Amino acid sequence: MRHTISLLVENEFGVLSRIAGLFSGRGFNIESLCVAESLDPTISTMTIVTTGNDAILEQILKQLNKLINIIKVVDFKDIDYVSREMILVKVNAEEKTRAEILRIVEIFRGKIIDVSSRTYTIMITGDEGKLKAFLSLMKPIGIKELVRTGPIAMARGERMLKIKEQTEIKEEVNG
Amino acid sequence: MKRTGAQIFVESLKAEGIDTIFCYPGGATLNITDALTDISQIRQVVVRHEQAAVHAADGYARASGKVGVALVTSGPGATNTVTGIATACMDSIPMVIFSCQVNTMLIGNDAFQEADIIGITRPCTKHSYLVRDVKDLSKIIKEAFHIAESGRPGPVLVDIPKDVSSALGEFKYPERVHIRSYQPTYIGHPGQIKKAMRLMLHAKRPVLYTGGGVISSNASVELTKFAEALSIPVTNTLMGLGGIPGDHPLFLGMLGMHGTYAANMAITESDLIIAMGARFDDRATGKTDEFAPHAKIIHIDIDPTSISKNIKVDIPIVGDTRNVLMHMLKIVEEEKDAYKQHHNIAEWTGKINQWKKDYPLTYQKSDILKPQYVIERIFELTKGKAIITTEVGQNQMWTAQFFKFLKPRTCLTSGGLGTMGYGFPAAIGAQVAFPKSLVIDIAGDGSIQMNIQELATAVQYNLPVKVVILNNGFLGMVRQWQELFYEKRYTWTHLHSPDFVKVAEAYGAVGLRIETEKDVDKILKQAFKNNRPTFIDVHVNPEECVYPMVPAGASLKEMLLV
Ligand SMILES: Cc1ncc(C[n+]2csc(CCOP(=O)(O)OP(=O)(O)O)c2C)c(N)n1
Ligand SMILES: [Mg+2]
Repeated sequence: MRHTISLLVENEFGVLSRIAGLFSGRGFNIESLCVAESLDPTISTMTIVTTGNDAILEQILKQLNKLINIIKVVDFKDIDYVSREMILVKVNAEEKTRAEILRIVEIFRGKIIDVSSRTYTIMITGDEGKLKAFLSLMKPIGIKELVRTGPIAMARGERMLKIKEQTEIKEEVNG
Repeated sequence: MKRTGAQIFVESLKAEGIDTIFCYPGGATLNITDALTDISQIRQVVVRHEQAAVHAADGYARASGKVGVALVTSGPGATNTVTGIATACMDSIPMVIFSCQVNTMLIGNDAFQEADIIGITRPCTKHSYLVRDVKDLSKIIKEAFHIAESGRPGPVLVDIPKDVSSALGEFKYPERVHIRSYQPTYIGHPGQIKKAMRLMLHAKRPVLYTGGGVISSNASVELTKFAEALSIPVTNTLMGLGGIPGDHPLFLGMLGMHGTYAANMAITESDLIIAMGARFDDRATGKTDEFAPHAKIIHIDIDPTSISKNIKVDIPIVGDTRNVLMHMLKIVEEEKDAYKQHHNIAEWTGKINQWKKDYPLTYQKSDILKPQYVIERIFELTKGKAIITTEVGQNQMWTAQFFKFLKPRTCLTSGGLGTMGYGFPAAIGAQVAFPKSLVIDIAGDGSIQMNIQELATAVQYNLPVKVVILNNGFLGMVRQWQELFYEKRYTWTHLHSPDFVKVAEAYGAVGLRIETEKDVDKILKQAFKNNRPTFIDVHVNPEECVYPMVPAGASLKEMLLV
């Protein structure tokens, strides 16, 4: 099963390697990972798409939470969310296919962002289904190269990914 | 007043109340080494190999409950610590390891004695820091100690470049730490605890299965009280030994691969397992599909990742073991009447006592000296009043079986990683923490050679550690598997060892030898009171096996018995 997870992490040196290392060291899959600074420049937001059954997902979430630099972990499993990805595709653009490509790109509200005598480079954003549909239409025309950002996600409505109220540090219980 | 990073480092350790460090110098430590000149509040024990510095700090931490500290140089000094750090990480031991690093400007350039120690140790530390500016140094040190000892404890590495230790800065040690992304849960959820207690009230065949978490949260008094209050039998993991006195009538012995018959059968037939500070390691559970097939499972642990990792748990309780136990004791007290009325496990207790009687831990007596006998005698002669460390292999398992650990923090052993070479330096660390206690490393002839150079440290600092080498001429535990599962092909496992008596003497320690049963008491007594570091080379039966044994991958009830 595929899951989308969002993280708030300290915008610090080495955090990404801790996360990547956790996934590889424990044999978890990463399908995609997107990271960049958030509204608060001390924090980065990360979206990870991973696969695994419920038990594995539970471990992934717990293990991520355990990393010291991770502030918050949210699994979108039971949350209504929106998710978008951007792709760049370079396709064959011969005399006879150019018009058709333009039309399809228009329908998908994409953009041609670079042109050469034999290629178009197209930019499209959308959810998984839309991108899949677009790529299947381009396939017979001839896809030469594909680069994807991997999805980024956000909860719908007023729900937000926030740090919890700063709680007082608990006095140590151990004598 | 401006101070150098090295001085700030020293002041930070003092402010943290650190009284001992285990260390080894090099070019990159020099600023700090120099700043530690004549600092008598901090005892500086210089070892002979950095792995031993970390194990010694680990032994110091396990025995005392305080955070252990090691300090090493860059490059090879740092890489030599890896086994020690991984050992501590697996067993959740609070430690801070300071590694020195090449100048910040040189990092990444393959400079002389540069190693990316943060990268190398990332998977085996709880956390790590590279100090990039002297102004962050004291804050990082404070955080490192806080992280090491709070929550589920573990080793934290702090890498200090040489230009940071020479740079000037202000010293101000933070009074408190607040890490927004790190707030361990100590208090168990009351609703979950209530649910757990309800299960316990009606259980007919309950077992407490407890691990290192009981030791690290100092919960052994509460555990014992709780077990007594409900008469629930207790089995420990290797890491949990000493959590309840080894001679307690409710104690079943260790469970798992070399656990007792009673413990493994109790788990198998139980209808309620109450796991505390244990993590269902494969050496403890055997085949997971057949682990406690009839039982509901309650799991109390401070680390959520341990819960439902290997075995699906019915009632998880995240919290500090001691805290949760205190809460549960209160409920038992409050609901005394209900317990009197409903809680009845006499039949179960009877069954367990029968198992204990029918299948006690035992071994075949013979003319050849048996290693189990030696350990029994060590227990009797010390009356259990000793800090015991072990190496890894048969020596470790026999110690776990035949030494009845009466108190927590007296069994120091590498459980999770199973590191040969751990026991001797760990004993040195424990002896530094408790100079007046009798500290004994129960060793194998293979393992002792992995850190035998620390004899020099023991002699130099006059640490009267005793090393009892159960000399069987083999890498015994591996040989046992070859005997049982590889038709006795003893490839690689036959050992040639030096004359350990002479080795000890060459280092300036005492060397003694035991070859027959009748020498055991005499020589051990002599060793225990000579107040000097001592090796006791004990020639034991070469082909003795550890029993019971649950073959790897089998279920707990499939034990090979003596
Ligand atoms: C560093 C390390 N290397 C290898 C092993 C694998 N190993 C486990 S037990 C053992 C034999 C230990 O021999 P010895 O110290 O003589 O103890 P014995 O089993 O004979 O009591 C070996 C090689 C290990 N645990 N640790
Ligand atoms: Mg041996």
